[in-house]
Amino acid sequence: MTDATQTAFPAQTPRAEAARDAQGRRDRMLLLIVALLALAAPILLNPFPTASALAQFNAGYPDLMQRFAIYGILAIGFNILFGLTGYLSFGHAAFLGVGSYSAVWMFKLLSMNVIPAILLATVIGGLFALVIGFVSLRRSGIYFSILTLAFAQMCYNLAYSVLTPISNGETGLQLSLSDPRVLDGPSSGSLPVTSLFGAEMREAATITLGGWSWTFSVGYYVCAALLLLAFWLSIRIFRSPFGLMLRAVKSNQNRMAYTGLSARPYTLAAFVISGMYAGLAGGLLASMDPLAGADRMQWTASGEVVLMTILGGAGTLLGPVLGAGVIKYFENIFSKINDAILHQWVAVLPDGLEDAVVAVIHPFVGKGWHLTLGLIFMAVVIFLPGGLVEGARRAGAVVRRRDRNAPSVESDAAARRAAAE
Amino acid sequence: MSILEVRDISKRFGGLQALSDVNISVAENTVHAIIGPNGAGKSTLLNCFVGKLIPDTGSVSFDGQSVLGRKPHQINQMGISRVFQTPEIFADLTVIENMMVPCFAHRDGPFRLHAFESVPKERHITEMAEAMLDDVSMLEKRDLHAGSLSRGDKRRLEMAMCLVQEPRLLLLDEPTAGMARADTNNTIQLLKDIRRTRNLTMVIIEHDMHVVFSLADRITVLAQGTPLVEDVPENIKGHPKVREAYLGEAQV
Ligand SMILES: Nc1ncnc2c1ncn2[C@@H]1O[C@H](COP(=O)(O)OP(=O)(O)O)[C@@H](O)[C@H]1O
Ligand SMILES: [Mg+2]
Repeated sequence: MTDATQTAFPAQTPRAEAARDAQGRRDRMLLLIVALLALAAPILLNPFPTASALAQFNAGYPDLMQRFAIYGILAIGFNILFGLTGYLSFGHAAFLGVGSYSAVWMFKLLSMNVIPAILLATVIGGLFALVIGFVSLRRSGIYFSILTLAFAQMCYNLAYSVLTPISNGETGLQLSLSDPRVLDGPSSGSLPVTSLFGAEMREAATITLGGWSWTFSVGYYVCAALLLLAFWLSIRIFRSPFGLMLRAVKSNQNRMAYTGLSARPYTLAAFVISGMYAGLAGGLLASMDPLAGADRMQWTASGEVVLMTILGGAGTLLGPVLGAGVIKYFENIFSKINDAILHQWVAVLPDGLEDAVVAVIHPFVGKGWHLTLGLIFMAVVIFLPGGLVEGARRAGAVVRRRDRNAPSVESDAAARRAAAE
Repeated sequence: MSILEVRDISKRFGGLQALSDVNISVAENTVHAIIGPNGAGKSTLLNCFVGKLIPDTGSVSFDGQSVLGRKPHQINQMGISRVFQTPEIFADLTVIENMMVPCFAHRDGPFRLHAFESVPKERHITEMAEAMLDDVSMLEKRDLHAGSLSRGDKRRLEMAMCLVQEPRLLLLDEPTAGMARADTNNTIQLLKDIRRTRNLTMVIIEHDMHVVFSLADRITVLAQGTPLVEDVPENIKGHPKVREAYLGEAQV
C-alpha cells in the first residue's frame, strides 16, 4: 500500500483495481448462486422422502416457494430504502396491497395474462410511493416512520370503507364470470385462471424418484425469474453512484448538503423504487391467487417486512431474501407442528417423561411459532446486529482461520472490510 | 476585485445580538482571517454565508450574486465549500468513497438518478479522488473507514473533499481546534500548500494566532458581533483596540 504514495500520477493503484475486480466477481458469483438455488429450489427444499416423519419439514411445494420468492422481492425493495438510506418505513404493506388490487383489476378488465397485471401493479405501487414519500420524507427518523404508518393505515381503512367500489370492502376483490376481460373475451362455465401466454400459473409437473417427490410449477418459476431480476437490479443499485449517494444520506446529511447534493430527491427516488418492488410483489401475490383484500395492507404486514430485512441483515445484498425465507418458513412449517407430532418424535421416552418434554416444547411450536421467531429475532438483534448474513460471515471467518491455522492481520482487515460492505 | 461582499449583516438570537452591522469585503485569491474571542459571532457569520442561517438584515453576495434565500447545496454549487469546526465527513463510508461523493456532486449537480452506472467503472472520478488523496498524503488510507481516522486525518479528509470540488471560496471554521500540536502543524502546512498551488480564496476563522499570522493576507477582528478593525496582519498585532479586546486575554 505504501508504494502507491510514491508513484506520481497514475493514481489508480493496481491493488485498488484488483479489489474492484474482485468485488465484481463476487457479485456475479452471488447472482449465479442465487440463480442456481432458485432453479433447484423444488428439489433442495424437499430433502425428506414423502413417507418419512420429517416430510412435514419439506418446504418445496409451489404455494410456499412462491411466497419465498415474492416476499424476497418485497424485502429486497425495502432494503434499498432502509438498508441504504436508513429511512425506516412502516407503511410498505400499503404498496403491497395496492399492487394486489391493481393486478386483480387487470385480470377482471383486461386479461388473465399476468404481464399487464404485474406491470400495472409495479407502476401503481410506484405512484403511491411517490405521493406518500413526497409528504413523509419531509421528516426523518421516527417522524418519518410514523407518517408512513399513518398513510398505510389510512389506505387500509379506506379500502374497508369509502373505497369499497374499488376494493370490494371486507369480501375482498375477486374474479367473477361477468367480468369484461376485453382481451380474453367472455368466460363461460368456470372462472378463468391466471396464465403467462397460455401457460397456467397453477400448472405443475411432479417427478417422483425413489421416496422423493418434487413439484415444478409454472407459477413458482415466474416468481423466481422476477426475484432474480429484482436481485440483479438491487446489486446494480448498490454498486452505482446513486447507491453511494444513498449511503451518504444515511451517514451524514449535513455534509451531503454542504457538498452540493440535495438529499430529498435521492431519498424520494429510493422510496419510489422500493414502492415499485412492493407493488410488484403485491401483483405477484394476486397473480398466484387472484384475490386481493385489505388485510394485506395491515400494519402487521408492514412490520413483517421490517423484521425480514433486519433478521437477514439490513444493508446487505442477500440478507433480506434470507430473512424473508426464514420468516415464511416459520409461518408455514413451524406453525404446523402440533402435540400429536411432538408425541410421535419423543415416543421412545417413558410416558411420564414424554408428556413433560412435550409440555416444555409445546409453547414454542405450532401456534407458538411467533414465540420462537421472536426469541430468534431478539437473539439476532442483540448478538448479531448485522443479521443472519453477519452470522454466516463470522462462521466462515472462523472456519477459514482454522484452515490456515495462522491468522494474518491482512485477512482480518479484509474480513472487516467485507463485513462493513 | 472582491469575491465576497458582506453588507450590514445583523443577526439576533432571542435577546442576544449575535451580529450587528458587519461589513466585510474579501478580495479574490487572498486569505482573509476572522479572529475574535469565543462567542464573538464568528461561526454565526460563516453560517450566514452558506445558507445555514439567514441574517435579519443586510446582504451577502458571492461573485456579484446574492446567496441569501438559497439552500446550502445551491450555495455550494455556486462554488463555496465549507470545513466545519468539528469535521463533518461520511463516517460510515471508506475514505475513497468520501472523496467520490463530492466528485460526483461536482460533475453531476445536486441530483442525478445514476442508478445503472457502476462506481468501479467511473475511472475519471476514481482518478480525481485518488489524485486529491495523494495531494493530502492520504492515499494509503483509501480503503479505511472514515470513522476510524484520527481527528487530524478526518480534518484532512474533509479539506480534501472540499478542495476536489475546485471551489472558488473555501470557508474554514477553526480548522485546528482541538488538534494535537503535530496535527496543527500539518494542517498549517497543508493550508500553505493549498494557497501556493491553487487559485482559491479562503476565509478562515482561527483561534491560534500562530496559524493566523502565518497565513492571512487580511484580518478582521470581531468582538461581540461587531468588527473592531480590519487590516493587514502587521498592523493588527500592535493595534491597541485588538490587544484590549482579544489578544490581551488570549496571549497572557
Ligand atoms: N442557533 C443559535 N441560537 C441561539 N444562540 C446562538 C445560536 N448560534 C450561536 N448562538 C450564540 O451567538 C453567539 C455567537 O456564537 P458563535 O457565532 O458560535 O461564536 P464564535 O465566535 O465562538 O464562533 C454566542 O453567544 C452563541 O451562544
Ligand atoms: Mg465558533
